[in-house]
Amino acid sequence: MSNTPPMSGPYMRKNKSVQRSMLLVMLALSPATAFGFLAYGWPAILLFMVTLGSALVFEVLCLLVAGRTVRHFATDGSALVTAWLLAVSLPPWAPWWIGVLGSAVAIVIAKHAYGGLGQNVFNPAMVARVVLLISFPLEMTYFVRPAPPWDAAAPGFIESLGIFFGNAVFDATSSATVLNSIRTGLDQGTQLHALLDGHYAPLDWILGLHGGSMAEGSDILLLLGGVFLIANRVMRWHIPVSFLAALAVIATLFNLYDDTRHPDALVHLFNGTTMLAAFFIATDPVTSPMSPKGQIWFGIGLAALVYAIRTWAAYPEGMSFAILLMNALTPLIDRHMKPRIFGRNTRGESLNLVDRQ
Amino acid sequence: MPLFRFRGGAKVAGRKDLTSDRGIVTPPLPPVLHIPLQQHVGNPAVPAVRVGEHVVKGQLIADAKGTISAPVHAPTSGHVTRIGAHTAPHPSGLPVMTLSLEPDGKETWIRLPEPLDLQVATGAQIAQRVAEAGVVGMGGAAFPAAVKLNQGQRYRLDLLILNGAECEPYLTCDDRLMRERPEQLIAGIRIMMQALAVERAVIAVEDNKHISFTILREACAGDPGIDTVYVPARYPMGSSKHLVKAVTGREAPATGLTAEMGVIVHNVATAFAVYEAVALGKPLISRIVTVSGKALRRPENYDALIGTPVSWLVQQSGGLASEPRQVLMGGPMMGEPLPNLDVPITKGTTGVLFLEGTEVADKNVMPCIGCGSCVTVCPSGLLPLEMAKMLQHEDIDGADRIGLRDCISCGSCNYVCPSHIPLVQFFNYGKGRLRNQDQEKKQHERIKILTEQRRQRLEDGTATAPSTPGMNERNDGASER
Ligand code: SF4
Ligand code: SF4
Repeated sequence: MSNTPPMSGPYMRKNKSVQRSMLLVMLALSPATAFGFLAYGWPAILLFMVTLGSALVFEVLCLLVAGRTVRHFATDGSALVTAWLLAVSLPPWAPWWIGVLGSAVAIVIAKHAYGGLGQNVFNPAMVARVVLLISFPLEMTYFVRPAPPWDAAAPGFIESLGIFFGNAVFDATSSATVLNSIRTGLDQGTQLHALLDGHYAPLDWILGLHGGSMAEGSDILLLLGGVFLIANRVMRWHIPVSFLAALAVIATLFNLYDDTRHPDALVHLFNGTTMLAAFFIATDPVTSPMSPKGQIWFGIGLAALVYAIRTWAAYPEGMSFAILLMNALTPLIDRHMKPRIFGRNTRGESLNLVDRQ
Repeated sequence: MPLFRFRGGAKVAGRKDLTSDRGIVTPPLPPVLHIPLQQHVGNPAVPAVRVGEHVVKGQLIADAKGTISAPVHAPTSGHVTRIGAHTAPHPSGLPVMTLSLEPDGKETWIRLPEPLDLQVATGAQIAQRVAEAGVVGMGGAAFPAAVKLNQGQRYRLDLLILNGAECEPYLTCDDRLMRERPEQLIAGIRIMMQALAVERAVIAVEDNKHISFTILREACAGDPGIDTVYVPARYPMGSSKHLVKAVTGREAPATGLTAEMGVIVHNVATAFAVYEAVALGKPLISRIVTVSGKALRRPENYDALIGTPVSWLVQQSGGLASEPRQVLMGGPMMGEPLPNLDVPITKGTTGVLFLEGTEVADKNVMPCIGCGSCVTVCPSGLLPLEMAKMLQHEDIDGADRIGLRDCISCGSCNYVCPSHIPLVQFFNYGKGRLRNQDQEKKQHERIKILTEQRRQRLEDGTATAPSTPGMNERNDGASER
């Protein structure tokens, strides 16, 4: 990684850099994150800070071990974005060590063990989330109802520290997520209509007034953040649009087929980490396909997997598993979506003039 | 006229406003001209004058050698002071044979040949006149123009496209030419059409050059055979195969020429030079060159004599405003660094750029993040990141298999890469290695044939002279192409 002048052109470059992209991603995540802070108070803020802080420490340590220039790489913002995405997909009242452990898995194992920035096959934040989910199912599914600081039910700062250090089980109104309760209810044989009775509140879901991970609630803010990134060409529209559209279509079809077991598209679109994944996780350039066509297939595949896992597998929120599965398929998609070389046919033979005219 | 798309291409910042409103300026005679004997693709020209000799403007000073070559003429009258090695306008800084001429200030012209009578001139006669005038492709490629004008004899052509895309940032020399000399340009196009025996010509202009477009549209309004067309301002629109695709929808085979599909592309500045050569009898001794960049006090378009040292033009532009970070010959996408300011303007020089730090690419290289931007913009449909990875590991054959030879080194991938990976540098390296491999292979085969012949002779007991010299020549000729 030299800083000597390039030996060949071009001598001009687009005003784009990894660092700039990362900064814009963080900017786009800020509103939803701020909303999460407001909704879940001090425990969420402390958890967020410890997750990002520890990620930076792990990043620097890994760079030192790998013998890379720390200043050059640690400032690229990629570790912060990873930790940020992890933090906002954790239950907001999870204890501190969940955040630290998550960062360690994401940065040390999922990123640097593969060779660092750009080399990883799987999205580091999602690897961390899956590891935590399997290892600590209790802590990872302890969701609370949003309680802004002015709410009487909100914990004070001291109580928050207790929650943060995990030794004071604050007697909060633990609340299962919508997807969770649907899943449990259906497994117990309850009809969907009965389950959703009084809980079907799409507007609340969109605005984030329901229990969930730190940022999954504020769908509208995530959506705006995503649109901002697309408008600034930090990412392309292909994955979010194909994913959300496919998820909506699949959910609607099943809902039409049997609405006693299959909730409608709104439930799927505005619950769980759908929006976060659509705009911020599935679009990770490192672990998603390169060509627009490949990205569309990636989005469709992801939607199918998410739907399948939410509906038929043991986890009501299948996003992280679905993402990892699609990450694994990405090299395959890339191989099959190779563009045609100019002046050649798809088999790579030079065009034959007779076919052309 | 319908327009077609080619995949890929990048929107690059044009930065043409530095010079697009500056009219063409003729600089005063420089104290000395350095005229390289090889300014074109092909064999270098052979000096036809001696040191100390007095020459007049337009006089032949070096003769073409072989079919792919071009003669050189005296840009002004004066004395030949030196014939020897001089730094060439090439980043290697390697010297080429150069003729130095000290102008006498009189600008005495040679008696020019009679203009061709276009009523009766044949294609071959026109091409010959163009060849004698030393005209080469003036968009930068510098391929002898007459060779391409002769292609009417080899292929059935139906369309001539005039490349006025000028897709490289900063450059406005073609833009100014189209604005200021439209009649001559169109007369040149008619001559080219006659030489190529085509009925139709299209002037393709990028849609950021409205003034040029309007002027040309009016200028060719009376001519049913010549049309103007806007092509989108998308780099590398000026690549001839891509331009043909954009204008006609026809895609040239990777290993073939556009002429095989009946289309031939010439630069607009070449059409102007053809006009001067055929209608006025003037050889190519000057060209319009953009001298630009923020490190320069007064960016301009100069109608400069071939051989004018770059330093002279810098002086005419009021000197440098700041220490340039990068000095380039050509555009910033495909141009090359200038070894020093003594280097002369040649027939293929489109521009000289003096770029400030803020105008030059950020060189902070990061690992590839697999974003695929390079794949999306590659106009050749390649996988730049894969090729670069292979070349990084010295896997030349692997890169060759996935299309290294189809890379046109346009730099689009490099331009958009957020990790600032020097992709083109890898590709140029890889192509150099491929060229060497090819040469070695050829050499190898030649040796094999020779050994075989020798064995045959020994077996036959004959002692006839081997037929190698002739074969040698043929092979050398082939490798020139
Ligand atoms: S330089 Fe080569 S690989 Fe890069 S965009 Fe141009 S043609 Fe494609
Ligand atoms: S543009 Fe650069 S970072 Fe993106 S895939 Fe290509 S080489 Fe990698």
